[in-house]
Amino acid sequence: MVDDLYQETILDHSKRPRNHHPMDDADRKADGYNPLCGDKLRLYLKMDGDVVQDASFEGSGCAISTASASLMTESLKGKTREEALKLLDKFHDLLTTDTPASRDLGKLVVFCGVRDYPARVKCATLAWHTLKSALNNVPDPASTE
Amino acid sequence: MSMAGSVISAGFDVEKIREDFPVLKQTIHGKPLVYLDSAATAQKPFAVIDAIRKFHEVDCANIHRGVHELSQRSTAAYEETRSKAKRFLNARSKNEIVFVRGTTEGINLVASSWGRKNVKEDDEILISAMEHHSNIVPWQMLCEEKGARLRVIPMNDRGELILEAYTALLNPRTRLVAFGHVSNALGTINPAREIIEMAHRAGALTLVDGAQAAPHMKVDVQALDSDFYTFSGHKVFGPTGIGVLHGKIKLLNAMPPYQGGGDMIRTVTFEKTTYNDVPYKFEAGTPNIAGGIGLGAAIDYVHHIGLDNIAAYEQELLAYGAGALEQIPGLRMIGTAREKAAVLSFVMEGIHPHDIGTVLDRQGIAVRTGHHCAQPVMDWFHIPATTRASLAFYNTIAEIDALAAGLKKVKEVFG
Repeated sequence: MVDDLYQETILDHSKRPRNHHPMDDADRKADGYNPLCGDKLRLYLKMDGDVVQDASFEGSGCAISTASASLMTESLKGKTREEALKLLDKFHDLLTTDTPASRDLGKLVVFCGVRDYPARVKCATLAWHTLKSALNNVPDPASTE
Repeated sequence: MSMAGSVISAGFDVEKIREDFPVLKQTIHGKPLVYLDSAATAQKPFAVIDAIRKFHEVDCANIHRGVHELSQRSTAAYEETRSKAKRFLNARSKNEIVFVRGTTEGINLVASSWGRKNVKEDDEILISAMEHHSNIVPWQMLCEEKGARLRVIPMNDRGELILEAYTALLNPRTRLVAFGHVSNALGTINPAREIIEMAHRAGALTLVDGAQAAPHMKVDVQALDSDFYTFSGHKVFGPTGIGVLHGKIKLLNAMPPYQGGGDMIRTVTFEKTTYNDVPYKFEAGTPNIAGGIGLGAAIDYVHHIGLDNIAAYEQELLAYGAGALEQIPGLRMIGTAREKAAVLSFVMEGIHPHDIGTVLDRQGIAVRTGHHCAQPVMDWFHIPATTRASLAFYNTIAEIDALAAGLKKVKEVFG
């Protein structure tokens, strides 16, 4: 029934989020806020030149937003800024269009079910909006609205 | 766990009532719709739907200005709602009934018109800790403009206002006390009569946000002695975009207009305009005529069911619901006031309300999840959001059983 949305990987990452801790030596950080549900998230990036060396996040939200942040931080490591931004676009397409999932998404394809739950798309994109702010050094909190 | 229907309110035929609400007869994701979001907006009976349709099909014209037959019919139907609203609130006169878009506009009208004229620097406006954003922000805006101070009556862990603290907050600078009759997020029924009496003793006026009270209980503005009382049509089974502000006639007469335009004037020249009498002084432009007529039908419908019957039946549903939810491990009710209206607001350990809402939706159950436009209430309880099941007289014991079963499914998914 709702298993198409709450796939095993999503439930796993929501219950045991990876990279869920503050980062003292982060080069970049950004805050994200979803005013609809009140979820707040802080994203940390450790950069090596143009490459994301490490990523972590703080904050708690629904299963979708937590799992999305967890899987995002995993998938960012080793990516250049440009690759990360491309991944963001592909992830967004996965949630909002019928185009076949890009191979580059890897594990992130588990979020394909969100497409059928328009009210939840913003939950899945909160971490990614925040990533964009962090990569672009935007000082204001990213908002899903 | 299920109770036999006959145990509940002998004589209250909920199945017959449900026949009046076409929207309830549908399936969502293959399951019968269980609508538990009436505090957000209530569903509409055929009587309301038909009245609006009849207006558009048979009587449609602008009001107050035409000499032709249709205009007279429309005017009569619209103004009849004013008389119905007068009886609904037991107002002294129908001239005390101002039509607005809803509770939010009712509050904004008072803050803008009465507030700008009467609130000065260092004056104080009192609100309560459980207010909806609509009864916070207009007063914040007023206070900011005037250099006045917004103060907050605190509440206890149950979600009840602390009246001792309220007494201490009242002082000669208090101009107005604005509070919700019933809390939308917690269901608390506030002791309105007592709060108003205490305000008056301190020389302050009162505004009551009646959005969540009007659908559930008899409201008597004369017995309450409220200075302003406002409610929304769509929460009393009428359409959206229409509501009522009741004000004592002396206050309304002394207040400047809220918006300028047609209908609110007596004479206009380029040099000077004289204003119409209340309530028309506050009703600029073509109003929501269809909405007003629909509201009249809604008030008739509620009176037909009977507010005492509604209150009694809903209290039984609420008690049953609270009992059913208490049995779910890890569930915590938010808002456990001793005097409560039909709201079941709760959190579940380790499960976010949005996930609860989605899993329930797939079982056909509509609840509200989020901060319910009452972020300070969420902050007070140190939670980001709740899941809220809000009841109306068309809900059944079987639907509460469905909610309880739905929450068990939630626990299966996220357990």
